[in-house]
Amino acid sequence: MMNNVRYHTRKVRNVVALSLSLFATLTGLFILTIILATLFINGFDAIKPSIFTEMTPPPGEAGGLLNAIYGSIMLTLVGIVTGTPLGIMAGTYLAEYGRSERIAQIVRFINDILLSAPSIAVGIFIYEIMVAPMGHFSAWAGGMALAVIVVPVVVRTTEDMLNLVPNTLRESASALGTPKWRVISSVCYRAARNGMITGVLLALARISGETAPLLFTALNNQFFSTNMNAPMANLPVVIYQMALSPYDDWQELAWGGALIITIGILALNIVARYLASLGGERR
Amino acid sequence: MSTATDIPPQLIARRSGSGATGDKVFGFLARAAGLGVLLILGGVIVSLTLGAMPAIKAFGLDFFATEAWNPVTEKFGGLAPIFGTLVTSAIAMIVAVPVSFGIAIFLTELCPGWLKRPLGIAIELLAGIPSIIYGIWGLFSFAPFLQIYVQPFLIDTIGNVPIIGALFQGPPYGIGILTAGLILSIMILPFITSVMRDVFETVPAMLRESAYGVGATTWEVVWKVVLPFCSTGVVGGVMLGLGRALGETMAVTFVIGNAHHISASILAPGTTISATIANEFTEAIGDLYTASLIELGLFLFVITFVVLAIARLMLVRLEKKAGG
Amino acid sequence: MSGAERINLGVEADLAMSGISSAARDKTEARSVKISVKDLNFYYNTHHALKDVSLPIHEKQVTAFIGPSGCGKSTLLRVFNRMYDLYPKQRAEGEVLFDGVNILTPNIDLNLLRARIGMVFQKPTPFPMSIYDNIAFGVKLYERLSSSEMADRVEHSLRRAALWDEVKDKLKQSGLSLSGGQQQRLCIARAVAVEPEVLLLDEPASALDPISTAKIEELIDELKTDYTIAIVTHNMQQAARVSDFTAFMYLGELIEFDRTSTVFTSPALKQTQDYITGRFG
Repeated sequence: MMNNVRYHTRKVRNVVALSLSLFATLTGLFILTIILATLFINGFDAIKPSIFTEMTPPPGEAGGLLNAIYGSIMLTLVGIVTGTPLGIMAGTYLAEYGRSERIAQIVRFINDILLSAPSIAVGIFIYEIMVAPMGHFSAWAGGMALAVIVVPVVVRTTEDMLNLVPNTLRESASALGTPKWRVISSVCYRAARNGMITGVLLALARISGETAPLLFTALNNQFFSTNMNAPMANLPVVIYQMALSPYDDWQELAWGGALIITIGILALNIVARYLASLGGERR
Repeated sequence: MSTATDIPPQLIARRSGSGATGDKVFGFLARAAGLGVLLILGGVIVSLTLGAMPAIKAFGLDFFATEAWNPVTEKFGGLAPIFGTLVTSAIAMIVAVPVSFGIAIFLTELCPGWLKRPLGIAIELLAGIPSIIYGIWGLFSFAPFLQIYVQPFLIDTIGNVPIIGALFQGPPYGIGILTAGLILSIMILPFITSVMRDVFETVPAMLRESAYGVGATTWEVVWKVVLPFCSTGVVGGVMLGLGRALGETMAVTFVIGNAHHISASILAPGTTISATIANEFTEAIGDLYTASLIELGLFLFVITFVVLAIARLMLVRLEKKAGG
Repeated sequence: MSGAERINLGVEADLAMSGISSAARDKTEARSVKISVKDLNFYYNTHHALKDVSLPIHEKQVTAFIGPSGCGKSTLLRVFNRMYDLYPKQRAEGEVLFDGVNILTPNIDLNLLRARIGMVFQKPTPFPMSIYDNIAFGVKLYERLSSSEMADRVEHSLRRAALWDEVKDKLKQSGLSLSGGQQQRLCIARAVAVEPEVLLLDEPASALDPISTAKIEELIDELKTDYTIAIVTHNMQQAARVSDFTAFMYLGELIEFDRTSTVFTSPALKQTQDYITGRFG
């Protein structure tokens, strides 16, 4: 005998709960839209050709972000080039050699923690081992700080992608008498190639926006410099400095820089996503 | 027992080296890289500890009980930044967890198929926006908004309620602990949402279907079947979000107000560990000043590590449960 | 009587019937055994998967392994090229003599062994490379050939696998672009290209349509002029069609081993008879 009142309460509760979840989703979307809209509106005015051709100006003057853009490219390059090989090899270790070893579980665990560790601590770490002994800030130090952030991302994606390669493929290669290292490099890497590149792109997107680790490693530079052994301008720190200033010109440039970074990261994510979908269709 | 050397020579002659050295080298490199990851962690902890030594020696445990932060007299106490970190993270969690939960439910139970992918992408987009963007948006858009519309309202209403009112006192600065906490919640929202969604999806379809099969409403299925099944995973996901929130720097630095000050009101400015370090590190003169900042950094790293470790353990446990 | 005795009886009876003297008979038998399995036991962790298995694999003949799922036939095949070595929890005890050399001892070079004993798997597994590179892959590991020699080897292997005519114009295309049956023949060509002495075929046609299956069976018949072949199949009619010797296994034990004609027309054991006529399995 169904209790109508009870049933009614349950239904009401259900509708309320589900409406709240819909509301939560709409709120989330709303906030995303607002942030992106503000970014585009404020940054759009700053995107003139001069932003790509002129240096960061002294306060109160007009200018561009050329040295910061160049610096960011150099720093992320160092970070990716240094961090990726280490990340790939460690990911390979976890997927191909560490299946049965206890140490591998520990490495995986630690890696996952490093993935979300505070990036400012990474900055202090590199400061302690590079900047302090060397006596000065440098682009190399900044690049290394970014490399430390790249490593866990690449380790995770490499391991995940290699784990997707079916064992029968490995066995087929072994059955021909292929030594293990060639099974991995010629067959496994090739099979997982798209996924691994996606991982590198995601790491690239992640470090493009990182500010904290650069604050006291690469620092900043008002002028255009190609000297990797000295402080180097970079977009995030420049934005940080200019946004907090009271000067309108600087603030406008800060928005422009923010927009550039965001578009860059969105583009990287789209490319990464496209590559990942390619990997699936091949089969 | 016969060995490989007994194989007739004409079968060996045309084969060159069988790759044993290649295997040794490659295997060594892979293992070394694995150890390298451990070394990074070790390096961070060791260098932070060494760097913080002068401050640890000078202040001992008092460091964590003193609010004073005076570069001139060289008296440093970490209470204000630590307080700020904990409070902003708490606010962030209180706001973000229910909202993420709601979005995750929507994604897994209510969302029509054609909407799932774009919505998932939107969440990842939010997650990919670097924290500095949240920071400047917070400073230029969100804080003024709060200052003009929300904070006066809060002060005039809840501010007058006894006891709780103490949390909402003071002039509407716009920036402050509450603002920082809210920005932080927006930042970690996509992260917790996607972890929760993944966790919800580990529930076997058959389990869900059996619940619907006895006539449970959607909400009841979620609350009474899905959630208990993946409770460890949900807690793990929440703790992952907490770990992220604790360590976040740029989103908070712009809007926290940078005052080495503990106050009862969450509308007041304050500071967090990462904001303090970000603002003061390059200008810190004197070993003790720098060491105090590094000690703050060490403290942050350690508590984040603990939170993240617990989170991982819970997620691993969920995986085992769902798989076995 | 034990399995080993049964085996010897069967073969001896056969040779006796062909009028060879017993001295010559011993010589023929010894020379013509490519792989000799003696008291082989195999364990997956603690699970005892193969129990005291002994049998000969005759040179340039096709030996088929039949039996219900889980009887250990694939396990046995994978011992011949020590494939189980890739997995730490699996181990083998006993002797497997390949040309008189026990390949279960630890100081055997596995890569060299696997270059001499090739394997084709149940599902086609082309490497993510061009058709040409798939074939050349194994060859490049061990031999230094000029590009024209390599091209010849690739063509020769593809011809042996009856695939040449279908792919000769698209050697640069990815191996994954072929149909299932073609992919499997590609895998056979790949295995043949390194010029092994033995070919292990683990249910090579089970994932293929009947036409491709027929093509593969024709292939096996041609290949046995040059290679010793061991084939695992759950398709008894296939075993009857392609093989010279058949081993019937059940729950990890070798129940009966004899010439295929004998096993399928007048098997020595009722159990074999029951399996072949479909009473179980």
